[in-house]
Amino acid sequence: MDKLEHELWIVQAVNALFGPAIAAALRPLGRVFPPGAEVIPNYLVMAALIVVAWTVLCLIVRRSLSVEHPGRLQILIEDGIGAVQGMLHDYVGHKGPRYLAIVATMFVFILSGNLMGLIPGLMAPTSNINTTLGCALTVAVYYHIQGVKEQGLGAYLKHFAAPPGAPLFIAPIMLPIEIISHLSRILSLSLRLFGNIFGEELVIVILFSIIPFLVPLPMMFLGIITGTLQAFIFVLLTTIYLGGAVATEHEHHEHSEMVAGEV
Amino acid sequence: MFMVLGVGMFAPAYAQEAAGAAAASSELVKWSIITAGFALAVTASFGAMSQAKGLSVAVEGIARNPSAAGEIRGNLILGLVLIESLVIYVLLISLILFFVKPFGG
Repeated sequence: MDKLEHELWIVQAVNALFGPAIAAALRPLGRVFPPGAEVIPNYLVMAALIVVAWTVLCLIVRRSLSVEHPGRLQILIEDGIGAVQGMLHDYVGHKGPRYLAIVATMFVFILSGNLMGLIPGLMAPTSNINTTLGCALTVAVYYHIQGVKEQGLGAYLKHFAAPPGAPLFIAPIMLPIEIISHLSRILSLSLRLFGNIFGEELVIVILFSIIPFLVPLPMMFLGIITGTLQAFIFVLLTTIYLGGAVATEHEHHEHSEMVAGEV
Repeated sequence: MFMVLGVGMFAPAYAQEAAGAAAASSELVKWSIITAGFALAVTASFGAMSQAKGLSVAVEGIARNPSAAGEIRGNLILGLVLIESLVIYVLLISLILFFVKPFGG
């Protein structure tokens, strides 16, 4: 697999700048790098690049924020945030917009991570399992914490053992199933994103190695669609898990009444 | 997943230990590659069939009741993704068989 990944100049530059310092900092922890080795892997460099780029962009937009004459970029970002807010409201309920920060951040990070791979000189950080596993673990820890915060520890654990309305004696059957399903959510979230982006990049690389002119273009266009869709899917599943964790019994009832009323 | 990756990391050591059984190993490599290709083909075809079924029913539902288009679309995308992720798992297994080479080769 190493032969397919070419050296990126930005990764080399970052490694030349910060590599020795980080290698020296990691030496007491037992990680020893041979001289000249790549200390910072390229997906970490790319993830840091996303963070820096969005911070700079948001600072630029913030300088020209205005209510009467919003700029184009401001309208675009406001529309995006409005869409995420609407989705949170649909799936989590009226308390949904409280979780806007992490969900919108996840969307922005994954979307730019997916689309980065199509720019020459950069690579998609989400085509590495470590990045996607990090995102999935963040989401999992976050929704468990929010669930405990919202319902209290006892009620949240009871939710695992016996779903509302079910008798208590099924707890020994339900508990292992629930634990496995919650663990498999991490696995499926991370593997789905990783598999999609990695597979798409691999197809582009293989097509490029066969005919390096115009032929990979349709696959790259497909890559834009897949990347956007996968970012959306990740965030959609995040909101659904959040909704399942923070929903109390009362709201279940309310929600089902609302759905029945709409039908 | 970690188990699979772990097998991928440690299997070459086993293969080197059993260098005497080189013929059996090459047979295993051949069959692992054939299996990877077939697994992907079977999963892709059945995944496509089930996705097509879901899609056709959803489009029919939207044609009957256009006012429910938004909700149907949301559920359709969710269902398609859950079907697709199974195909993606098999793709990953095939990629592991092709590139990580847990059985040597």
